[in-house]
Amino acid sequence: MKEGKPRLLLGNEACVEGAIAAGLKFFAGYPITPSTEIAELCASYLPRVGGKFMQMEDEIASMAAICGASLAGRKSMTATSGPGFSLKQENIGFAVEAEIPCVVVDVQRVGPSTGMPTSAAQGDVMQARWGTHGDHEIVALAPSSVLEAYTLTVAAFNIAEELRTPVILLMDEMVGHLREKVVLPSKSELLVKDRAKPDLPPGQYKPYADYGDPAKVAPLAAFGDGYKYHVTGLTHGEDGFPTNNPELGARQIKRINDKITSRKKDLPQAEELFTDDAEVFVFSYGGTARSAKKAVRDARAKGLKAGLIRPVTIWPFIEEPLLKAKAKKPKAVIVPEMNLGQIILPVKRVMGDACPVVGVNKLGGRYIEPDEILDAIKEAIQSGSAS
Amino acid sequence: MSDSPFEIAVNRKWCKKCGLCIAFCPKDVLESDGEGGPVVKAPSQCIGCLLCEMHCPDFAIIVRRRAEQ
Amino acid sequence: MALPLEKYLRVGKLPHIWCPGCGHGIVTQAIIRAIDESGIDAEKTVVVSGIGCSSRAPGYMNFDTLHTTHGRAIPFATGIKMANPELDVVVITGDGDAAAIGGNHLIHAARRNIGLTVICFNNNIYGMTSGQYSPLTPTGSYASTAPYGMIERPFDLCELVKGAGGSFVARSTAYHTRHLTNVIKDALKYDGFSFVDALSQCPTYFGRRNKLRTPLDMLNWMKDHAVPGASWDKMTPEEKEGKFPIGVLVNKPSKELTKVYDELLAKTAEGGRG
Repeated sequence: MKEGKPRLLLGNEACVEGAIAAGLKFFAGYPITPSTEIAELCASYLPRVGGKFMQMEDEIASMAAICGASLAGRKSMTATSGPGFSLKQENIGFAVEAEIPCVVVDVQRVGPSTGMPTSAAQGDVMQARWGTHGDHEIVALAPSSVLEAYTLTVAAFNIAEELRTPVILLMDEMVGHLREKVVLPSKSELLVKDRAKPDLPPGQYKPYADYGDPAKVAPLAAFGDGYKYHVTGLTHGEDGFPTNNPELGARQIKRINDKITSRKKDLPQAEELFTDDAEVFVFSYGGTARSAKKAVRDARAKGLKAGLIRPVTIWPFIEEPLLKAKAKKPKAVIVPEMNLGQIILPVKRVMGDACPVVGVNKLGGRYIEPDEILDAIKEAIQSGSAS
Repeated sequence: MSDSPFEIAVNRKWCKKCGLCIAFCPKDVLESDGEGGPVVKAPSQCIGCLLCEMHCPDFAIIVRRRAEQ
Repeated sequence: MALPLEKYLRVGKLPHIWCPGCGHGIVTQAIIRAIDESGIDAEKTVVVSGIGCSSRAPGYMNFDTLHTTHGRAIPFATGIKMANPELDVVVITGDGDAAAIGGNHLIHAARRNIGLTVICFNNNIYGMTSGQYSPLTPTGSYASTAPYGMIERPFDLCELVKGAGGSFVARSTAYHTRHLTNVIKDALKYDGFSFVDALSQCPTYFGRRNKLRTPLDMLNWMKDHAVPGASWDKMTPEEKEGKFPIGVLVNKPSKELTKVYDELLAKTAEGGRG
């Protein structure tokens, strides 16, 4: 494939190319619509780059297998959709607790349960955040274009390796099955990070070292490197062995939370459009943000001062752009989502009583049209002027 | 009767006094300390069969050939 | 004087958490003895477990060790083996872990013939959660969730793995320690998926409820009911009633999965179909 040439790619296809560019060497998955192309393309491409693909017996096993492969030193990924994402939560929690770098792609479809397998939704936003039990932070990125399906997959691997954590690529059917002309970045433009290896001899290596600075994460030895260390899903001390000591346990849990929240500024930041003088802000992510962008442009064409905040990192929730908007005393924040209102909850928390926070919600797999968002913008400006 | 070429060591910190070593010894080398833990009563009778060592759930009893020391 | 096998133990983590007379320490010792005798490289050996009493064993074993989620040790181990086929990957599992929640993973690993050695610490009961029945609890036995006796039929794990295509299947017991060590050694040497059903005793939650009052009673029960595989084949169904065969029950050559994958990689690297 020639670098720098425009190509017509599917979102799911761009995700696979991004993963391979980032150094993916092991993929384990289970067939599920609308993510299946990711598995199929990994099956085809990975052996050509010395990587391996495995179709496991179920979703749970796929998540387990990528954790194992990552501990053996290979960059690993799985891909799924809502029902499979639910099944994977058990071992996503394991990866969080045992600090195993890996990437989990969730191409969202309509739920709950089997729902509408071929139809788009954004109903897994809260599952991505709270799907596994216990107090934890998670990193979830939401691409809104085919190019971003590529670049954010690369980013997901970099974050996973650097922070030793699972990263969720929260796609939706819209982006996964979108075909767009893209020019992928060349190898020289691409920043690929590999995990840090321990420089201490075995015996001194602490796989879960607490440096007192949550942003500093212990390097990860690969199994077979001679470190003979222990990994467990039980709350553990710095040496990786289980502890029932309440203080040590609390400290470990706090540390794996803080390592994510302390790095918010290093995660992909929101795209902002016309936010400088906006009176109404549209806060929109993923496939829906494409309609939101059009709506904001249409509003501007009509002289309405609308602005777009498109969060790229969905979790941890990055407050900054909303706080800037709040300082401008806006008339409203509009939150279009293909669900009954999920990301709107932290938006409301940040905005407080500053202004109305209005959802534009649509179910049943139909995309939110730009006009529906434009109507909400118009209404917000009118009622804001009336009051 | 010559001394056995084997010696037996018990790690009392690990022993949970289940009594299996005593029960498996074919030569009555071991006796109970009253709570189920082993006391080496007749070391000269040890034939080095390792049945006590291999049946110890606690890694707490070892039989070794003296010459190895 | 040091235990000859001490280098394979994390002595600082002992004594272990298991109850007095628990068979799991006996089977663990058999595993490290088998590793020692088979001469495999401890630096390149990974021990993986799921959840339950058995799954605490790797914490005491001086290798790269991974204590995973309930029933999932085999798929974690599958990922490790696929990522680095040079590693010897040993899975320690229990009967609830392997046959109930992890049953699907067990049969598929056997079907794939991936090079893992799976050793099931089979004590017929959920010990960690204090004595509920497992898919290996014999019909009629008592458990905290079978207060009137177990009404379901148990699995024969060796037959299950064999049925799933397992090409190395063996069984031994905590009574037959030398025999157990030898079959584990054979399993470690087998190039492919190998499975050992290692009968272990839970005096605390199985024995006491089932008229096997001491650990010794439980080991003697194993001695009295185990039949060497060769004799087993000559027995009538009536004679087999209540007994079980021990030994290497299946051992046939079959190409190991990561080796097959390596061939695929060699082909695709040459520009073959992908």
